[in-house]
Amino acid sequence: MSVELEHYLVVGALLFGIGLYLALAKRNFVGVLMGVELMFNAVNLTFVAFSRFVESEQPLSGHVFVIFVITVAAAEAAVALALAVLVYRNRETIDMDRINLLKW
Amino acid sequence: MSAFLAAWYDLRDLGHYVSSLLDWLQDDLGAPDWVTYVVSGLLGILGIFLWLGISALAFIWIERRVVGRMQARIGPNRVGPRGLLQPFADLLKLLMKEQITSRNTDRPLFWLAPIVIFVPAMVGFATIPFGQGMFLTDLNVGVLFFIAIGSINAVAVFMAGWSSNNKFALLGAMRAVAMLISYELIQVLALLAVVVFAGSMQMGAVVAWQMDHEAWLLFLQPLALVSFIIAAAVEINRSPMDISEAESEIVAGYHTEYSGIKFAWFYTAEYFAGFAVSAIVVTLFLGGWTAWGLEEWVPGWLLFLSKLYLVFFLFIWTRGTLPRLRIDQLMAFAWKFLLPLALLNVVVAGGEVLAWREGDISDSVALPVIAAANVALAAILIVGWGTFMGHLRPERRAKRAVLTQELGAVYYSQPERPAEGT
Amino acid sequence: MLAGLTVGAALGVVIVRDLIRALVLLITSFLGVAGLYITLSADFVAVAQVLIYAGAISILLIFAIMLTPRAGRDNAETFLQIPGLLLAGLVAFTIAFVSLETDWSIAERGGFEETASAIGEALLDKYVLPFEMASVLLLVAMLGAIVLVRPEGTPEE
Repeated sequence: MSVELEHYLVVGALLFGIGLYLALAKRNFVGVLMGVELMFNAVNLTFVAFSRFVESEQPLSGHVFVIFVITVAAAEAAVALALAVLVYRNRETIDMDRINLLKW
Repeated sequence: MSAFLAAWYDLRDLGHYVSSLLDWLQDDLGAPDWVTYVVSGLLGILGIFLWLGISALAFIWIERRVVGRMQARIGPNRVGPRGLLQPFADLLKLLMKEQITSRNTDRPLFWLAPIVIFVPAMVGFATIPFGQGMFLTDLNVGVLFFIAIGSINAVAVFMAGWSSNNKFALLGAMRAVAMLISYELIQVLALLAVVVFAGSMQMGAVVAWQMDHEAWLLFLQPLALVSFIIAAAVEINRSPMDISEAESEIVAGYHTEYSGIKFAWFYTAEYFAGFAVSAIVVTLFLGGWTAWGLEEWVPGWLLFLSKLYLVFFLFIWTRGTLPRLRIDQLMAFAWKFLLPLALLNVVVAGGEVLAWREGDISDSVALPVIAAANVALAAILIVGWGTFMGHLRPERRAKRAVLTQELGAVYYSQPERPAEGT
Repeated sequence: MLAGLTVGAALGVVIVRDLIRALVLLITSFLGVAGLYITLSADFVAVAQVLIYAGAISILLIFAIMLTPRAGRDNAETFLQIPGLLLAGLVAFTIAFVSLETDWSIAERGGFEETASAIGEALLDKYVLPFEMASVLLLVAMLGAIVLVRPEGTPEE
């Protein structure tokens, strides 16, 4: 069977859902970060799928956007992990259940 | 079959054996299209694997003898005539050794790490042209592909070190990973300068550029070549940067806990990676399978193989000659010395290509000028930046040995001895 | 098949009990996505994905795990498990439903030829401003990460 746009979009949606679950419900900070990276990947996949299949006058703009998303994700991962190390230094834990100073 | 027999002695393009076999499959047997596709792929993979295996076996012997001669000793000569069966003895020993798996190791990762470290070394050969039209696949992004799968090495090294459940292995693995990711950057920048000149990331296109312009990129980009060879030597964990696996380092680095076949995988993967890196150097800098028109008579793949073995000999040579670098020396060298040089090289290369294209200067004038300018620039930068960073201060330079006794041995000048009998 | 590998690895990240194994499965998922890019004839993006995601961001995550030694490495979930599951399932279902129901205008273009040079031209031609901003962003992120994790206090000279 020929692979069509819908297949890639469904895979992207599944990955996004899994990433969202990881980001919401993991106790470890690095687990949350893994979920965020998965979400980025899902979004990139849908961009590239659209760029390949859908009618447009600048078909490669999807790829360009994906390059930017990868770049920003890398920068954000670096800063997030620096924050994780700082939080660990100050609170001796990176358990998301215990980093709740903003809670009333 | 007649097409097969008519030119069987024409060894210049081994591909036509494969193509005649595929034609026979398709025309005479009437096989569908995907069969020919799969068969050609499998034949290519088999050929590469066989050649790699034989070369690795040969070079285990060559390396140990050559390094032995450089160190003024003979090298292994017991097993077989002149020690020629030494690789087989090594292989047999490794295969028959007991595979010890510690109790608390992470079993799946432990078993997976040698395989994952083997994959980048093999996959890199897919894009390399061994001769005219002799490659598995000519990717549009071949150059970047090679570096991308080289970055998987770092992940595999970490997996090996972590799953050993051994603090020293983990320490060795973290040092190796830090080393690998630093030098990945320098690799990318060095190859970027090559791509700027060739105008395309296809390996076949770079070789074609070198053939069209009758100039090897070795002369046009000496700084990129030097940076790439150094960075690649680090990436394949080879001396003088074999911190992660040297005998006097922290136990044996990330493959401390591996024994038997798994260690054989690591060892073999290092040789294959060495061949892969040499192949890249030959393809991108040394003209691949071309040699200023010599490929009319000599088969292209023969030229390629001889150049590859020469470059690998260069790696063996540096192993026998230079002392090992410490990890902090390595990192300082990467970030403070090689990286600025590689960046400057890319900028200068871009400027040169721009001036060449825009100014519409003819090839025969532009290329020697660029080559001379680049060689001069490389020399000036290396010496100048080294002086600026303090590498060439008198107390850091190597000292000449002073001959104090005519016994055929060389001693450094000894300090004054205290009087005898005290 | 590649899609099955990718989604399976992502599910594995959720389920496995050990953080490092979850990380290895995440790397597998990244590689699976790179394979999917290749089937979409996006060669440059696939290679960039392997180089940056599987090669560099994974190592960042490894170092983060290494630098937080006494943290819980058991990959457990917080108390928001059921709401998270519901929300994630709802979001995934909505996106999938919408994408399956919409009538996309499919082009007859087929695969791309060579994307790398076209992307490069687009980056410097039409998207030069985001390109410059991305480079500034990377510089700021690099400096920020270094400044954030510097040891406390300056040496007394």
